[in-house]
Amino acid sequence: MITRDELRQIAGNGIWKQNTSIVQILGLCPLLAVTTNLVNGVMLSLATIIVMALSGFAVASLRNFIPHEIRIPVFILIVAALVTVVDLLFNANLHELYVVLGIFIPLIVTNCIVLARVEAFANKNPPLQSTVDGIFMGVGMLWTLALLGGLRELIGAGTLFSGIDMVFPGLQPLQLLPDDYPGLLLAILPPGAFILLGCMIAWKNWIEARAAARQAKLPSATGASVNAG
Amino acid sequence: MDFTTPPYLLKNASVQRVMLQVLLALLPGIAAYVWLIGPIIFVQLAIASLAALAAEALMLKLRDKPLGLFLGDGSALVTAWLIALTFPPMAPWWLLVVGVLFAIVVAKHLYGGLGQNPFNPAMVAFAVCIVSFPALMSQWPALGLGLSFNQQLDIVAGLAPRVDALTGATPLDAIKTALKLGEGSIDVPSLLANQNIFGNFAGRGWEWVAAGYLLGGLWLWKRGIVGWQAPAGFIAGLVLIAGALWLWNPAQFANPLFHLFSGGAMLGAFFIVTDPVSGCTTPKGKFIFGLAAGLLAYLIRVFGGYPDGVAFAVLLLNICVPLIDMYTQPPIFGMKGEK
Repeated sequence: MITRDELRQIAGNGIWKQNTSIVQILGLCPLLAVTTNLVNGVMLSLATIIVMALSGFAVASLRNFIPHEIRIPVFILIVAALVTVVDLLFNANLHELYVVLGIFIPLIVTNCIVLARVEAFANKNPPLQSTVDGIFMGVGMLWTLALLGGLRELIGAGTLFSGIDMVFPGLQPLQLLPDDYPGLLLAILPPGAFILLGCMIAWKNWIEARAAARQAKLPSATGASVNAG
Repeated sequence: MDFTTPPYLLKNASVQRVMLQVLLALLPGIAAYVWLIGPIIFVQLAIASLAALAAEALMLKLRDKPLGLFLGDGSALVTAWLIALTFPPMAPWWLLVVGVLFAIVVAKHLYGGLGQNPFNPAMVAFAVCIVSFPALMSQWPALGLGLSFNQQLDIVAGLAPRVDALTGATPLDAIKTALKLGEGSIDVPSLLANQNIFGNFAGRGWEWVAAGYLLGGLWLWKRGIVGWQAPAGFIAGLVLIAGALWLWNPAQFANPLFHLFSGGAMLGAFFIVTDPVSGCTTPKGKFIFGLAAGLLAYLIRVFGGYPDGVAFAVLLLNICVPLIDMYTQPPIFGMKGEK
């Protein structure tokens, strides 16, 4: 079973402390290519979450039977099988989106986030924890990709949720900026993704630094030892 | 006598003084530009300067730096003027503001401010805008339209519609397009003979703007603000490749003189590749930097899809600066070349 503390730690690691995109900086290739709008970013993250949860469970269940020396090829095989399932699911149910995301769904196999969690976590922990870890790592990726995709779409084209009709037919994208907004094409191109990702990393570091400064102030205020770091 | 520790500098070369002279050196080119296009150039320079000073002040405040010292040094103004001079003169005001903001905020201050930027801010602004707004950045005004200042002002302010008839091809574009459409049946010398577009030697009107930059650049060199290496290297690189291709096939490639005096070549040679921050620091390195930038600028402007190649050439070479500097360290005094 999983304790409350364990759950909190896994969730905190996945969503913030070891966030795949802005702390571990893993999986940059899909990040750059797919987050040209919010919907694409969210949908690829959802696909990755499914793969990570299932692969975490599968690898953790089999971890005692997988020979240590050939564990990486075995992990890849397991992940590849799961990705194929997700790929076929997307193709069958969300075909238009499947066409847009293209090669990046099959490429989840080679996404370093998946392999990193399988190797670093699922290989050493019981199935339940590994599944939860996969889900929360994916959620961390989900919110960063959603934020990045939303920013890029808003700056680059002035809209949000473009392509939402591919997922929910009938819904319309939002035109947030005036119609004659020319659109900063750079934001949609790969350099824009790098620049905005850099800004997000800076933002996270700024929050951490501010929290650390506050933490450092607290003990000195109560008269405890002053840490002159 | 009052002795201080070495090294000693003979000249008064504060950042402010240097930047002021760079601005002065731009004046002949600006004068020719105003004569060619109209006083709208002053408006563009003012827009860029205001945006640059505002962005500089904001970033200095955010970074807790003294406002007066850095705001008054004129480096932001040089960046702003270079941006205003490289952008199309009828560009809408917000395009300049976007370019300046990108140059000052991202290319300069996010990398650590004055003296720390690995990329030339003005060229970053140009590259960002031409990638993001290719149509607007390629709208160069047709010459001899006789637009009044108020009409020009309306276009820049976005009050008047942008009409295609107001824009014309730059000499570089005219050659590229004619060669592409002609498919070998058109040769460059007969094209260049058309004085209406190509003027006396490089491009009607534009050749004198470039000559103005050349004049200002030579003055900067004489004052010792810029070394001869980078401009000479740039011109050598451009002339070398342009001359070789021209000698090989004069029907398909324009002569080196045309390339020297069109587009941003002269501005680039004396005001961009000579940037002491983003360029090389060793004498030999400066020459190599200029040479490679000249070669690349030619390749991009003739064989690439963009109207001019100076900006991309300089940015690509900016990346190579640490490498070039590493291999061109002058021997330490007294060591006679051994490392």
